[in-house]
Amino acid sequence: MPRQQSPNFSSVADVSKRLSAVGYLPDAQIATTVFLADRLGKPLLVEGPAGTGKTELAKALASATGSELIRLQCYEGLDEARALYEWNYKKQLLRIQASQAGDGADWDTVHDDIFGEEFLLSRPLLTAIRRTEPTVLLIDETDKADVEVEGLLLEVLSDFQVTIPELGTVVATRRPTVVLTSNATRELSEALKRRCLYLSLDYPSAEREREIVLSRVPDLAPGLADQLVRTVRALRALELKKSPSISETLDWAQTLLELGLDTLDEPAMRSTLGVVLKHASDQTRAAAELRLN
Amino acid sequence: MTAVVGHGGLAGHLDGFVRAVREAGIPVGISQAVDAAEILTVVDLLDREQLRHGLAAVLLQRAAQRPTYDVLFDLWWPLGDRPVADGAEDGGEGAQSTLDVPDDAALAELMRAELLRLLTDGDPEELRRFARDAVDSLGQGQPTPSGQSYFSYRVLRALSPDTLVAQLLAGLLGDAERGGLAEQVARQTVRERVAAFKAAVEAEVRRRTAAEKGRDRVAKNAVRPLADQVDFLRAQAADLAELRRAVTPLARRLAVRLSARRRLGREGRLDFRKTVRASLGTGGVPVVTHHRPRKVHKPELVVLCDISGSVAGFSHFTLMLTQALREHFSGVRAFAFVDSTDEVTRFFRPGVDVADAIARIGREAQVVAYDGHSDYGTAFEVFADRWASAVGSKTSLLVLGDGRTNYRQPGVPVLADLVRRARSAHWLNPEPRRLWGSGDSAADRYGEVIDMVECRNAAQLTDFVTTL
Repeated sequence: MPRQQSPNFSSVADVSKRLSAVGYLPDAQIATTVFLADRLGKPLLVEGPAGTGKTELAKALASATGSELIRLQCYEGLDEARALYEWNYKKQLLRIQASQAGDGADWDTVHDDIFGEEFLLSRPLLTAIRRTEPTVLLIDETDKADVEVEGLLLEVLSDFQVTIPELGTVVATRRPTVVLTSNATRELSEALKRRCLYLSLDYPSAEREREIVLSRVPDLAPGLADQLVRTVRALRALELKKSPSISETLDWAQTLLELGLDTLDEPAMRSTLGVVLKHASDQTRAAAELRLN
Repeated sequence: MTAVVGHGGLAGHLDGFVRAVREAGIPVGISQAVDAAEILTVVDLLDREQLRHGLAAVLLQRAAQRPTYDVLFDLWWPLGDRPVADGAEDGGEGAQSTLDVPDDAALAELMRAELLRLLTDGDPEELRRFARDAVDSLGQGQPTPSGQSYFSYRVLRALSPDTLVAQLLAGLLGDAERGGLAEQVARQTVRERVAAFKAAVEAEVRRRTAAEKGRDRVAKNAVRPLADQVDFLRAQAADLAELRRAVTPLARRLAVRLSARRRLGREGRLDFRKTVRASLGTGGVPVVTHHRPRKVHKPELVVLCDISGSVAGFSHFTLMLTQALREHFSGVRAFAFVDSTDEVTRFFRPGVDVADAIARIGREAQVVAYDGHSDYGTAFEVFADRWASAVGSKTSLLVLGDGRTNYRQPGVPVLADLVRRARSAHWLNPEPRRLWGSGDSAADRYGEVIDMVECRNAAQLTDFVTTL
């Protein structure tokens, strides 16, 4: 299929620059993969543990390219009616009743009438395909949805079209940039993965995380940021139920700043540990391993 | 880079790389191979990292494949800043120098000091460059007719980065007090940097060996099995850490599988009252029917786990699985046995650390009555006797063990009786199928009364969970 629109980014460096400008600092891997997804017009599948900035990447991508973000949040039991489109059958019924009571229109007219644009409820996937302005379609936590939903996604993601039996096939006039995220709680189907570019996100390197902290919490002293990032890494090395995410690191930085602390020592850590660790067992474990008591 | 590209040009080289990736156990389809070729036309070929990440984006499908991929990528697309002619000269010079020459000892001392400085600074790029130099000057073995050999252990022995830890800690901590938070955090930083240095040395040795002896030979030896292919019974500590990450999603899946029954078919009985009520909004026509939710089927799972020494790696893993299952639903009861059986459910309360639980089971549970060698017959009897009510018509029974009875009574009838009472029963055996029934293994006899499944690695466990 010919590519219908000019790419959003001119080079990998351009991706880095524009994502950084909207507050998302990508590393080489992220920038390259985003660039390729844009160039090849393929969906981007981002997989990794919770809190590594998967959803954030889609949001940054939307604001960097001036697109609107359309989000489909997946959950167990998500179906076609919630993801793609639905007929507004209450309204259809009213239409039928109105015709019986009043104008007495014949069956054919009513039939054509009630399966028209007016009675169609557009859900995220169809909305994204029908838009003529630039769009980023975020399909969040794909692994939470049932396997059947993946089958649904296949048509949408490979041909960017949706078939509605009563209306015919809707083909995208302008291809949306698609980002799928997954926490890898279950393996997505081979067919779906094959259609996507794969990006596995892990927690950032120490240098990158320090840059993220300093760019988001600019008032924090660089020395403290360094100490903070190294402490978070030490926490992640413990086997915790829930490792601190990037956003929790940022929350922690903000907390330290608000409290006016200028170093992260034992008392400071004891009193603010709840910002990053949210399980009682994790807190006990961290306190024991890091010798807080 | 042109020097390493063989016949068939760039396309042929890519083809060879894709085949090596496949041979390492990463499935790459034809369409992915075609996509990989398209990547070459889009990325900046002079930027090696772009190529690495670009090809990874189309060839890989799971995070666990990445380390293997990186090793192969470094072999197929090596850094090209070392001309081949220069390498030949190096070899001639290095032939006379071994570690016994006093100059070398002095050199090693100098390099140790340099390494200490770099590790304290922690600049990854400089550390990599230093690793290359170190392999060049310290890692050469005796030249043989087949060419020059390089060894990472020579470098690591001469520099022994592990002994630098104390100095590194001093450098990082400055005058901060010891023993507390600061030291623990600094230790973690040091661990990371030393590990990065060792990895850099090994990668450099692989690169040079590949240049000397051909990359196919290196590729075969250097590529470690993927984490989910590691044999439970031979798993090392590092593998277990990898496996642990696979447990939580597996447990979730298993929990969903076991409770899937409740969502099979359509919704439950019609809720008449609710339907009539909703129909008022549409002029009395019941457009939407409402149904009562189906009764939730609460799966009950009984795990019976051999925790004797012979299956240590396996039982460690399955106990972690039990713990993860406990977090998802309450109807799990766990029993452990060696030559007697005890209930260990209480050690797996949600939120408890697995390592602690395992240590406590070893100390507190009554699993050893006699000599600490597994005795399946007695263990099953004790279980059937003391916890007769644990297995009922709603229960799924899961037995985990190698079925090696030390030539004691296997207790097959007791197990058969348990299987008959349970809704479903499975036995996961960490031994390869061909060894079942050999020596003191009673696996074949158990296999006649219970569905026995070979479960040697995480991949096989995943298969089992999927087909359940």
